Amino acid sequence: MKKLLLGNEAVARGLYEAGCRVVSSYPGTPSTEVTEFASKYDEIFSEWAPNEKVAMEVAFGASVAGARSFCAMKHVGLNVAADPLFTASYTGVNAGMVILVADDPGMHSSQNEQDSRHYAMGAKVMMLEPSDSAECLDYTKRAFELSEKFDTPVIIRETTRVAHSRSTAELADRVDNGLKEYIKNPQKYVMVPANAKGKHVVVEQRILDQIAYCETEAVENGLNKVEYNSKKIGVIASGICYQYAKEALGENASYLKLGCIYPLPVELIKNFASECETVYVLEELDDYIETHCRKNGIDVIGKDAFTLQGEYSQSLIAKVILGEEKDTLKTDVNIVPRPPVLCAGCPHRGLFYALKQLKVTVSGDIGCYTLGASQPLGMIDTVLCMGASVSGLHGRNLADPANAKKSVAVIGDSTFIHSGVTGLINIAYNATDSVVIILDNSITGMTGHQQNPTTGYNIKGEPAAAVSLEKLAEAVGIKNVIVVDPYNLEETKNGIQTALDADGPAVVISRRPCALLKTVKHNPPLKVNKDKCKSCKMCMKIGCPAISMKDGKAQIDFTQCLGCNVCSQLCKFGAIE
Amino acid sequence: MNKSIMIVGVGGQGTLLASRILGSALLDCGYDVKVSEVHGMSQRGGSVVTYVRCGEKVASPIIEKGEADIILAFEQLEAARWIEYLRTDGKVIVNTQQIDPMPVVMGAVEYPDGVIDALRATGASVQAVDALPLAVEAGTAKAVNVILIGAMAKNMELDKEVWIKALKESVPPKFLELNLKAFEMGYNS
Repeated sequence: MKKLLLGNEAVARGLYEAGCRVVSSYPGTPSTEVTEFASKYDEIFSEWAPNEKVAMEVAFGASVAGARSFCAMKHVGLNVAADPLFTASYTGVNAGMVILVADDPGMHSSQNEQDSRHYAMGAKVMMLEPSDSAECLDYTKRAFELSEKFDTPVIIRETTRVAHSRSTAELADRVDNGLKEYIKNPQKYVMVPANAKGKHVVVEQRILDQIAYCETEAVENGLNKVEYNSKKIGVIASGICYQYAKEALGENASYLKLGCIYPLPVELIKNFASECETVYVLEELDDYIETHCRKNGIDVIGKDAFTLQGEYSQSLIAKVILGEEKDTLKTDVNIVPRPPVLCAGCPHRGLFYALKQLKVTVSGDIGCYTLGASQPLGMIDTVLCMGASVSGLHGRNLADPANAKKSVAVIGDSTFIHSGVTGLINIAYNATDSVVIILDNSITGMTGHQQNPTTGYNIKGEPAAAVSLEKLAEAVGIKNVIVVDPYNLEETKNGIQTALDADGPAVVISRRPCALLKTVKHNPPLKVNKDKCKSCKMCMKIGCPAISMKDGKAQIDFTQCLGCNVCSQLCKFGAIE
Repeated sequence: MNKSIMIVGVGGQGTLLASRILGSALLDCGYDVKVSEVHGMSQRGGSVVTYVRCGEKVASPIIEKGEADIILAFEQLEAARWIEYLRTDGKVIVNTQQIDPMPVVMGAVEYPDGVIDALRATGASVQAVDALPLAVEAGTAKAVNVILIGAMAKNMELDKEVWIKALKESVPPKFLELNLKAFEMGYNS
């Protein structure tokens, strides 16, 4: 049966068909939907782990126990999971273990543009890169076979345009070969120096075997593919760039499509390049394939003609290679930018407004609340990575103790569990008067509403153990724990002030569920009484997308307003009803 | 001959549902289809765009400047933002609804006047649809997306039944009647 599948949905289907039994992931755009779709198959045990390192270790344990296993993460998540990755490369697997990493060229929803192909090379782990949904499904199944064939974890690398595009894929039945027997083998699974030295030799030999596979068998089975058309232009590409090249150049070029991007073949590329007049390497982000070509004396055109930044496209390729550009329509309309904003009714808005009134410095973190950095709130000073708000604030307060009384960290519930809790332990243990605000909106918001260990539900929506943030904070040694409702501006402001004034570190829990949760009931939309409105624009200081000025008076868009009443607390004239 | 359709709007307006319905209708008619979506950060009230491409065989899932046959805009400023992506002989179906972006909400700039006229002045074929009042009439302001799908359906060479089937597969049964009504209103607008 042929179906239109999202790339991530196709990977999940591949997991199902390959007989995968255990999936553990932490959400991260653009990888999240793989695990969401996997959780819909009853044959697969799926879970949201607290972070990517835990997820990968769960997948490793399941593989050793004999189950085909999987974990998915975004590119920066692989940084978190890099520790188990580099050593799982040495141990190898029992049943197949597959890791999906989704890179985000163009940074649609990310804090950097890292190229995760370097991880495959660094960890010496085979990496496949699909270019559409059919390949997402096919390569996932191949990845399990290759993992078992070469006794290695295998990484599937997606980019946003593959992960989040729908295209057709052919579905097949599930083949489940059952649990593979576990045989105790310390030389293989206990990575102490004596054993690891032996395993490193195995890893290096494995790469040579894999290169031989990429030169021969992978060409026969279509993983690496040569398509000869006109030989004036030769294109070496993988993933989405192959599709862009086909769109731009069609049969005016020949193609070497690399489905396996680590390790890379040498002779295959040399032979292809020798057949073509001019050879281009088309790859987003770093010059990964290009460097390999140059190292092997293959003359190619790459980043000199293209770019290390952002995404490629059919038009970029047509422009650089063919010198062709499309005619476009022009308008003189002033195109006002439309940046993303905190939603109407978002509980984070009241919190950030309270922080603004308190004039504090704010260590920020990764989540919807990073939007607190945008105007008119503009209340975030730093954003680095998951958890860095908490540990960074401690560092700031060590460097400048007076800063502690006028600065806070903000971190969401899910991000706190991911990697904020270790920073909080450090604050308590190494004693700075730091104030950490946990924005508990009862869900992992930014990635589209995933459950987490604080919500009381698992990935299937079944009841689960819930971390008590209050008790956790107390248990690590925080004596001052205050809970506030961010819809109540006065309570929120006073609560944070009390925390700042307290002796020793403090945790403020700003608690109110995400306004977009289906279980949240809303008040009717608010209205502006035009007779009472004095046009002071106080209500506009919170940056609510439902509020605007019309004919000199404030107005509230009834299609957006959720009746949170934060704006009405700002109106001195009682005009918002 | 491939066809390229862009669906543009503001995060939260339901552009993704529209692209899914269009994608499944096209697949049902035997075309190869690719749909490219945006998830994550920009969904939060930001400018969003979805690409839908169909034909005998489609390679790239994205649409670039000067390539779109149709732009379906859920908001007028968004139509202007993406107009460069239209072929010079393409068509824009634009919802006349205005949603103020944050710089306008903050009073830093005015929402531009005369957007629809400016779109016409580019030489593009422009169909303006006042979708919000129609949606309210159909039963809910949230049906704006289905009104606009109806308006787009009128401009595509697919059987109406194919659209209705795709709609049935994409919306919850309890909202089906409302959505079918909204589709008809858009189709006849």
